[in-house]
Order: sequence, then structure tokens, then C-alpha cells
Amino acid sequence: MSNAGKVLSDAPILETRGLTVRFGGHVAVNAVSCAFHRGTLTAIVGPNGAGKTTYFNLISGQIPASAGEVFLFGENISHLPAPLRTRRGIGRAFQLTNLFPFLTVHENVRIAVQARANVGIKLFSLWNSRKDLIGKADAILEEIALAHQRNVPAMNLPHGDQRKLEVGMMLALEPEVFMFDEPTAGMSVDEVPVILDLIKRIKASGGKCILLVEHKMDVVRELADRIVVLHNGTLVADGAPAEVIASPVVQEAYLGVAQKTKEAAR
Amino acid sequence: MLANIFSQDLPRSKVLTVILVVILAGLLATPFIFPGARSLNVGAKIAVFIVLAASYDLMLGYTGIVSFAHTMCFGIGAYGIGIASTQMGPTWTAMAVGVVAALLLSTVLALGISLFSLRVRAIFFAMITLAVAAAFMTMASQLSDWTGGEDGLNFKVPELISPAFSLSDEKFLGASLDGKLIAYYLVVVVSGGLFLLMLRIVNSPFGRVLMAIRDNDFRSEALGYRNVIYRSLSSVLAAVFATLAGILYALWLRYNGPGTTLSFDIMIDVLLIVVIGGMGTLYGAVVGSALFNIAQGYLQDLLKLAHGNIDTIPVIGALFHPDRWLFWLGLLFVLSIYFFPFGIVGKLRAGALARKPTAT
Repeated sequence: MSNAGKVLSDAPILETRGLTVRFGGHVAVNAVSCAFHRGTLTAIVGPNGAGKTTYFNLISGQIPASAGEVFLFGENISHLPAPLRTRRGIGRAFQLTNLFPFLTVHENVRIAVQARANVGIKLFSLWNSRKDLIGKADAILEEIALAHQRNVPAMNLPHGDQRKLEVGMMLALEPEVFMFDEPTAGMSVDEVPVILDLIKRIKASGGKCILLVEHKMDVVRELADRIVVLHNGTLVADGAPAEVIASPVVQEAYLGVAQKTKEAAR
Repeated sequence: MLANIFSQDLPRSKVLTVILVVILAGLLATPFIFPGARSLNVGAKIAVFIVLAASYDLMLGYTGIVSFAHTMCFGIGAYGIGIASTQMGPTWTAMAVGVVAALLLSTVLALGISLFSLRVRAIFFAMITLAVAAAFMTMASQLSDWTGGEDGLNFKVPELISPAFSLSDEKFLGASLDGKLIAYYLVVVVSGGLFLLMLRIVNSPFGRVLMAIRDNDFRSEALGYRNVIYRSLSSVLAAVFATLAGILYALWLRYNGPGTTLSFDIMIDVLLIVVIGGMGTLYGAVVGSALFNIAQGYLQDLLKLAHGNIDTIPVIGALFHPDRWLFWLGLLFVLSIYFFPFGIVGKLRAGALARKPTAT
């Protein structure tokens, strides 16, 4: 990165202004305005159904917004379809694993590497002849500790490895904005550190903007510089982790609800 | 070298390799080991249907889109040659005009249908292709001044590949060296070349994106691929190859009519060839086409032979009556789909993989 040494500018990489989506009468995300800066990791938390994943979908373009705008590097990208947002630098790892089941682990990553290199329309060159792209995909497999599963079809992977592959495909895109949607969900205890270390490394490399939806509060405390709380689609708190976790609004909206549901369960 | 000709997508199964070599050798040697118009016809048809089925597989097996307008493109190719020959005379110029016009029309139609319907949903595309193909078929039979209507067109081809042309009066290995022989080899060699070209396309970076779209179109979009462009390009390529297959078929038959290239019966045949051979393998088209056309061409004879020996037995004799050949063909297909859900090629490759699990 040539601009890595530059002073981090104050202009946000990613910003949403009044972002709203309605499904029928239900407002899933309600006028969320938020800016995300270079070199920061923002955790987005909130109870189930708070609209976290929907907010992600609005940013990366999987769902069109009913109102409001998304800005990337100051450019309004609200009108762009998902593929073009990805090409401009938004990377996304999905909550429900979203792979190419009949392609091998290596091919899954390779497809993403190729998307980044923009060689998809090459009709008459050989897939196997691009040693540079193959090498890049292999390097990513090393990074996510999946090199030993290289030639296994993605559908035959255990769940934890599928989650890792999901993250690996986002890495291959070399995005400016990393969006992790519960990256460790359903992973066994000894697999979780692989992903957490990876997120830490991305953060340490600086210059990137990371958004993380996560339920595990210990993970959030460990990684986040900032916490944004969504509740019923509305942004209810935004600030430094200690501050946000202590604030009464959050206790009421998030932890309070969690406690009530626990009581109800009893 | 050899691996590159096959785009590094080798059969990956000894049995399959043997079958493919036998089919290729059989096609090349047919004029000499099975002389006669009928065996040549079956051989040429196998070659043409390899291209036709492989191009359909490009769409169905590799991209995951279902089209019913594939034989329309096949027909456009054949009509291109037929109409050019009847209107302009059997010259090479006329053939070239027919080829170019047919390719243009197919491309425009395929692109139009794709851009119009592929943004929505793949199922919508299937319905539109059905409608367009039906309309085209009606048009072909109505514009009888040009197309010969339901009767079709009998036309001449350039002298070099017409039966009247003779290289030598002497016979070579029992085959007469005439234009028909040249036409046969033209069809077989060009078909082989087109097949290798398609093999290259499915093993290119583009081909892998098609497979990714087939597997998970939501994710391919999320990675930055615009599915509509890839799907449209896939359907245009398939249309172009189907048109070329139609051109070869017309040059070979010197006849074309709705029942020969356009009908939905042929659409079903192509679908069966692809499914029996193995979707998404391309080699499946070769195996499927050979099996299907040989069965279609010779099953009736085989039954006649069998029937001659057992026609005295009441029920079984009737079952083996030569008129029942379609029943046996149908049974063959039901059984092969039951036992080989991933097609013959899929089965053979899975078997080869199971025998040496460490190989990659």
C-alpha cells in the first residue's frame, strides 16, 4: 500500500446517512446514520432481530434501501448493485455460510482472487495457467489454516472450516471495508482463535475499516475500538466499548432485554 | 502438449479414456470399416450432436440455465445454409453468406432473450425461450417460399463436398473417394475442433465463473461478478456453437426441414444426451451422443434380429417386435438415469476417484 504511511485522514471510508428499509409495514432498519473510519474496528451489537445483518445487507447492496444513502470514500454508492460495490472495496463474509459447494476449497478462494484481479471474462486462456492467481489463493489458504483441505469440495468441509473459507474468500477480495457477520458462530473453541487472530492482523495492518457483528461480548471487548448498538432497527448507542456497555440505554435495550428473555425462559 | 489440447481437463478415468478413444477411432474409421450410406449418416450425426449437446451442456451443466431455444439456433444454422444455397446457388460464397447470416441471427436472438429475461430469474428465461422457439418454428413453416414450409428444403452444396464429386475412380479400402467422403471428414474434423474449443472455454477463468454462478449465484454477485453478463455470454456462446452444429448438419444432409433441426423432439433428444452422458462434464456429450445415435439408428435392427428368433413366444415375442424399439429406448434411458444420476461420465470419474483416494 503506497498510502499506508500517510496520516490517516478524518474523512470516513464508509458512511450511512438515514439508511432505512421497510418490509411491508415493518421497519427493519430505521434511519441509521453512522460513519466508519480508516484503521478502526467497530462492533455492531444488539439483540436478535435488531437489524444488524439487514444493515450489512443495505451497505453491501444485497437489499435495496427504502430511504437513505451509503457513501464509500465520499462517493454515493446507493444506486450501485452489489457486484459494483464489491469492486469498489466492500468485502463481506456472510453469517450463513455461502460457498460454491461443488467447487474445491482452492477453487472457491481462487474465484474470489480472480474477481479481484478482474480476469473473469478471459474465455480462451487456461484456468490452470495463471500461476500468480493460484499462488495467491494458496497463500490465503495458509493464512486461514485450510491448506490441508485444498482439493476437497467445499460441501464436504466441516462447519468450522466452511466458516474459515467464508472469511478467506473475503480476504481474497482485498477490500477496504471488511464486514464480518458473526465470523465465529458455530465454531469449536479451538478454531475461534484462528479467526480472531486474522481479524487482529487485518486491524494491525492499519488503513482498513472493519465492521463486526458479534454476539460474544468477550470477543467484542477484546477487538472493538467502538461499539454501535442497534435496537429494533434504530441506533441507540455509539461510543467507546466501556462507555457503551455501561450506559443505561444499552442496559435497558440490550442487556435488559436479554435478561428479560432469560427470565421468560425460566 | 496433449494436456493443453484438452485444456488440462483430461478424462480422469481409464474406462472413460478407452470409451472416448473408441468413439473417436470409430468416427474416423467408419467410412472404411462400415462402408455404406447408413453408417456414414449415423457417424456424421454423432459428430454433429456432440457439438450440439456439448453447447447445451455449456448452458445447462456449467451455467445452470435451462433453455428450450437451443434447437432454434441449430435450425437457424441449417436454414442459413439451405436458404443461401437455394437462393444464391451452391457456391462457397453462398455458404459463407449463409454461415455469417445464421451466426448473426442466432447471436442477436440469444443476446436479446438473455438481456431481456436473465436479469429476472432463470425460470423466466426458460419460459421465454420456449415461447420464442415455438414462434420461430411456426414462422419457419409459414414462410414456405423461403424455407419450404413443412416439406423443408432439398438443396445442393458446393461441388467439392457433394456426392457427384469424385477424387479418383479407384476405391480405397472399399470406400469410394467422393465428395460425400470429404463432407464426412469435414463434419467430423470441424466437430472435433469445436468440441476442443468448448473444452477450452469451460476450463478458462470464465468457465469457472460460470460454475460458481451455477453453484451459488448470490455469492458470485457478492464477489463482484455481474451474473447477467456471464449468463448472457454463456447463452450466446451456446447459441453460436449450436448454429455451427446446424451448419455442419445441413452441409452433410443437403436437406433441412422443421422436423430435422427445429422440432422439440430434437430438443428432448439433446436434453437426454446431456443428462445421460453427464451434466457439466462436456465429455458426457460425446458419450451420450454416441450412445443415443447408435441406439436410435440400430436398435430397430437389433430387435428385428431378436424378434426373428423368438416371435413364436407369445408375450415376449411381441415385446421384441421391431416396432417396440421406442419402448426399449425409453427403458434404456430410465435405467441409465436411475443407475447414473450424474451421468455416465460422472459415474466413471467418481469410480476412478474412489479407487485412488489420495490422488488429486
